[in-house]
Amino acid sequence: MEEKTAAVQMRDITKRFGPVLANDRVWLDIYKGEIMALLGENGSGKTTLMNMLSGIYYPDSGHIFVNGREVSIRSPKDAFDLGIGMIHQHFKLVDVLTAAENIILGLPGKGRLDLKKVSARVKEICDQYGFDIDPEQKIYDMSVSQKQTVEIVKALYRGADILILDEPTAVLTPQETDKLFAVLRNMRADGKAVVIITHKLHEVEELSDRVAILRRGQFVGDTPTKATNAQEMTNMMVGHPVSLNISRPEPVNPEPRLVVENLTVCDIDGVVKLDNVSFTANSGEILGIAGISGCGQKELLEAIAGLQPVEKGSITYIEPKTGKKEALIGKDPLKISSMGITLSFVPEDRLGMGLVANLDLTDNMMLRSFRKGRSVFTDRKAPKKLAEQVVSELEVNTPGVSTPVRKLSGGNVQKVLVGREISSSPTVLMTAYAVRGLDINSSYTIYDLINKQKQQGVAVIYVGEDLDVLLELCDRILVLCGGKVSGIVQGTETDKRQVGMMMTTLGGEEQA
Amino acid sequence: MNEKVKEPLIRISKRAGLPVWKAWLIRVAAIIIALIVCATVTTLMTGENPLQVYSTMLYGAFGTPRKIWMLCQCLAILLCISLAVTPAFKMRFWNIGAEGQVLMGGLATAACMILLGDALPNWLLIIVMLAASLLAGAIWAFIPAFFKAKWNTNETLFTLMMNYVATQLVAFFVILWEVPKGAGKIGIINQSTMAGWLPVIGGQKYLLNIIVVAALTIGMYIYLNYSKHGYEITVVGESERTARYIGINVRKVIIRTLLLSGAVCGLAGLLLVGGTDHTITTTIAGGRGFTAVMVSWLAKFNPIFMILTSFLLVFLDRGASEISTVFGLNHSFGDILSGIILFFIIGCEFFVSYQIHLRKNAGKED
Repeated sequence: MEEKTAAVQMRDITKRFGPVLANDRVWLDIYKGEIMALLGENGSGKTTLMNMLSGIYYPDSGHIFVNGREVSIRSPKDAFDLGIGMIHQHFKLVDVLTAAENIILGLPGKGRLDLKKVSARVKEICDQYGFDIDPEQKIYDMSVSQKQTVEIVKALYRGADILILDEPTAVLTPQETDKLFAVLRNMRADGKAVVIITHKLHEVEELSDRVAILRRGQFVGDTPTKATNAQEMTNMMVGHPVSLNISRPEPVNPEPRLVVENLTVCDIDGVVKLDNVSFTANSGEILGIAGISGCGQKELLEAIAGLQPVEKGSITYIEPKTGKKEALIGKDPLKISSMGITLSFVPEDRLGMGLVANLDLTDNMMLRSFRKGRSVFTDRKAPKKLAEQVVSELEVNTPGVSTPVRKLSGGNVQKVLVGREISSSPTVLMTAYAVRGLDINSSYTIYDLINKQKQQGVAVIYVGEDLDVLLELCDRILVLCGGKVSGIVQGTETDKRQVGMMMTTLGGEEQA
Repeated sequence: MNEKVKEPLIRISKRAGLPVWKAWLIRVAAIIIALIVCATVTTLMTGENPLQVYSTMLYGAFGTPRKIWMLCQCLAILLCISLAVTPAFKMRFWNIGAEGQVLMGGLATAACMILLGDALPNWLLIIVMLAASLLAGAIWAFIPAFFKAKWNTNETLFTLMMNYVATQLVAFFVILWEVPKGAGKIGIINQSTMAGWLPVIGGQKYLLNIIVVAALTIGMYIYLNYSKHGYEITVVGESERTARYIGINVRKVIIRTLLLSGAVCGLAGLLLVGGTDHTITTTIAGGRGFTAVMVSWLAKFNPIFMILTSFLLVFLDRGASEISTVFGLNHSFGDILSGIILFFIIGCEFFVSYQIHLRKNAGKED
């Protein structure tokens, strides 16, 4: 084995945001020809640390050495000059430009732009590492995975030797993830240093050579991936032993609660988003919904919640006690709740839809209940009590109930939202990407909450992206493919490959 | 290449919650610096003694009881219009049509006074004037609100255009009702009968306006912060999607809020025409519909803070016009000074929320 050479050495890096110590004297080495996974819970300072490498933040103190020489990275341009490229969670691309135009954006050049030459060089990079993009394609025509590829090629085009990827697989299908990993392995073989930030431990085990772990802004340690396992990594991240099993209690006498028949939904441009979708959600059961992002999951949940106009089809709610049937289509959320149906919905966009970022916890709790009573004035006593209860029961980490929710970390925001939604003792609970971006601890809290609802006889609809979780948590899984039902499978009887295949091709002809 | 090791010369970072007294210290410092800069500019450009200029400004604002009353009157009207636009702004509906809404309120008031002045007993006339002015202002705001709610038209352009329509309507009626014929203006309405003139309280012409606006300020504060309507306005303003998600009827809230916004503007028109001026001209709002935007923003949409911000703007304006008459400068010079002071006051908010770090031991060799 050849000697490892350090591409980046970070020494005693400290960064504060106001009273928050995001990084506390962190030491980190990144080696050439190695894929390093950077692990840590939400708010442990992974992204902050990498942002200091890519020139977005500047450390309060500490030293950074690149290729053995001390450097000062004051801007993303400095980072590029040092060969550091970062692929952010949110892509930074101009939609109306082509891939090639985005790639050279911001680079110095001669007066005349030779896009042919750029395209040729882009092709060259693509061939070298096994990317598959068309330099002439516009960004708005691209899938999420293609956009990500453009970001990576952009970094390589600028001569990046050190590549940082912040949760790159969060938005990819299993097949796309495999492709990305193959490319990253090619880069490793080429002697580049790769850092990947992720929450998915099986990916860490599959891909990385070494893991480095941060906890509450401090460096806990690093170890070769081969020498550790998921359980040990989790314990290091959390600081105490955690159980990694998601329980799947038996369904509690399932009865149809929500029947969807031949549902067809078009978006504002008339594009069909859901095509003839039929299924039944039972009480006391978790129905998982799998699919590549943008396959109609959002439209499905919003149509049930009364937020999305429907072309045709029916959605019927069956009252648990009386068995009375109520049609939900054509009713807005207010109408639905005034019929006495408690339908809870944890939307994908937590701060843009489920909560109001600038309002405090109390005011956010009030969103669902503020209409109660005849008074023209709002009553903040009950919401405040509810906020305090959610904070203590779900262990929300917040300075108080009068803190704006935008100041909370992702996991805590989600706890507030889920806490509010289940506080109304719903009969149907819909969650969209309930654990996206959440660390292991928070994710397990959410799984527990969902399971508890299931055991109380709630019909749970769980839209997820992590197939491992879907397979472990859900009783049945409905797979969507391009707005059509690709099939409904039993959680205990299927595997990742099958579901993955169903996500990409309409598997079986069993849809109604 | 060793250059690279250096820290950047200036860095900006967010402050941790600054104690309130420190924040105010920064603001006071900003005003002092603004005064120094103004003094320098004054000396360089006019050769006048800056201290004298400042004392003239103070005199212009507070010099005599009459000046103080005038100051309070201007403040009341500006604050009234600012209160009117605030609910719309809080909802992120950029109502810059306050000018037109005030004019329409004033026009409705004047119409009642002229056409019904002799027909109705005074108390009834005033009630009719009140209803007419509120309605006129509300209609002027309703039209853009309706189009926004229904077809999502751009409310900024729409409300702005409505201002011009209102101005021209007033110009038309001024010619129609002009006294005497050919004068091109209306003059004092009902000078002999004083029909439709709002009652004078305590012998002070402006006291009624001040009391009305003071009550309105408190009312608006409670409405925005403690009522269900106010809560809906906040939610719609922060995120329309959240509002839909919890079943708020966004269209209804937009229209309802703009009706309120326009009605309060109409009230300002009533106070101007029925309470103090007793006439109507196309310039009766005097640009206050736009100044109100600044008042509302500076106060971060808090009605109580708006007392302070409208005071500041009125004080600067009154002071500036005093300077121009006393020193024989034109009004623009006063505006330059107001501009400098506002620049510092608005700019200092940056230093309240952010901290500047200079490179430490900048001279040291590495």
